[in-house]
Amino acid sequence: MQQSNTYIITFSIILTVVLGLLLSGTSQVLGPLQRKAEDLDNKKQILGAVLESDQLRAMKPEEVLSFYETRIASRVVDIEGKEVTQNPDGSPIVAEKVNVGKNYKMAPERRMYPIFIYHAEGNPESVESYILPVYGAGLWDEIWGYVALQTDLTTIEGVTFSHKGETPGLGARITSRDVQERYQGKEIYDESGNLQSVYMQKGEGKDYSGESHKVDGLSGATITANGVNNMMKNYLQYYSSFLNSQKSGQQTEAVAAN
Amino acid sequence: MSTETTVTEVKKPAEALLSKRRKKLISDPLVDSNPVTIQVLGICSALAVTTQMQPTLIMAISVIFVIVMSNFVISLMRNTIPSRVRIIVQLAVVATLVTLVSELLRAFAYDMYKELSVFVGLIITNCIVMGRLEAFALGNKPYDSILDGFGSALGYSWIILAVAFFRELLGSGSFFGIPIYDSISGIFGDNFSLATNGLMVSPVGAFIILGLIIWVQRTKTGYVEH
Repeated sequence: MQQSNTYIITFSIILTVVLGLLLSGTSQVLGPLQRKAEDLDNKKQILGAVLESDQLRAMKPEEVLSFYETRIASRVVDIEGKEVTQNPDGSPIVAEKVNVGKNYKMAPERRMYPIFIYHAEGNPESVESYILPVYGAGLWDEIWGYVALQTDLTTIEGVTFSHKGETPGLGARITSRDVQERYQGKEIYDESGNLQSVYMQKGEGKDYSGESHKVDGLSGATITANGVNNMMKNYLQYYSSFLNSQKSGQQTEAVAAN
Repeated sequence: MSTETTVTEVKKPAEALLSKRRKKLISDPLVDSNPVTIQVLGICSALAVTTQMQPTLIMAISVIFVIVMSNFVISLMRNTIPSRVRIIVQLAVVATLVTLVSELLRAFAYDMYKELSVFVGLIITNCIVMGRLEAFALGNKPYDSILDGFGSALGYSWIILAVAFFRELLGSGSFFGIPIYDSISGIFGDNFSLATNGLMVSPVGAFIILGLIIWVQRTKTGYVEH
């Protein structure tokens, strides 16, 4: 009986339905929790660019969310630095929901560029730093991160990098604190106001503390380091219109104050 | 003792919950027929996830869950599964359990979900899982199958944890993320520092450690491949 075709087909159908229901049920139940976890992870990465990692790690999930709520304002701009408030279909646009990786597949002119503004508590006007998402390709897979600029719009307050599949111990070190701390205090513009970005050098162990556009490299992970360099250069270029408009805004304010 | 003999035994006494035979089901795979070091199964994930202790522990727990549950489920269904499609039935059950683990990690331990990424999904292809289903669960009762699965999974777990211990210590100089090398260097002052070994971080390091474990184990047990 167990070998008959009818039995086998009935058995397979019942099994498929039962397992299918089980999986779709789990997905339904866990879906909201998963979205929360992703949202929290995303916000942690954004805050990672401006907070010390110890401080961030000590925070409970609710604290991270409430801190984010009170200290981060966000907006979205286009390649020309103009603020965008609506999706092409007319729905309001939320910076946290903009998927930089998906936008990366479009031409730079058509992408949305989210900006996260770290400000004093309760006063969005008193900006402490601008956090810009960056995205690019590492050796094996995508890499991304957030660069926080001080209010002079050239000095790096901090960076945070993440990756999907870089080699553990080599390229994956871009997520480690000592690598990310190398960027602190570096400058993305030179004295004459030209965009220079910040480059990881080949080789590791040299002291670049006197150089404002160079940081120590990753030994054995030159391709990942090049990926980081390209991603920084490209995205800072894409954000340059916005940065320039902010700068000229600051100047007019200064003139008005005088 | 006399009180026990007076009781007339109507039916065969149930086997003790942890009889000698059942204990053997758990203890055998730990050393004598260890799935990794003797049967050399599940090597792929043993190399891939063992650079650090924490993800390895999560991986071990996931594998224990999948093997025990799939052994249990398949053993419950063993008399109804048509033998011509039994492999695909096993695969469907295992794949469902693995997806469940993956979804749970994504909801409750998102950091680990990111870190282990594809390797949780690859538990499906871990030969130990299907091996135990074919070799044991299809022909034995549910409780015995659970014990057998648990034993095999533990045998796998302790090996990958041992490999991860050495790889993390020698490769990153830490234990569960706690920097050991740095604190040792701190005690002895600036002139003394321990260098980490990059080889241990790459999969080659896992091969070497695994080879050493197999060597030590076979020297002790006298196991010879036929």
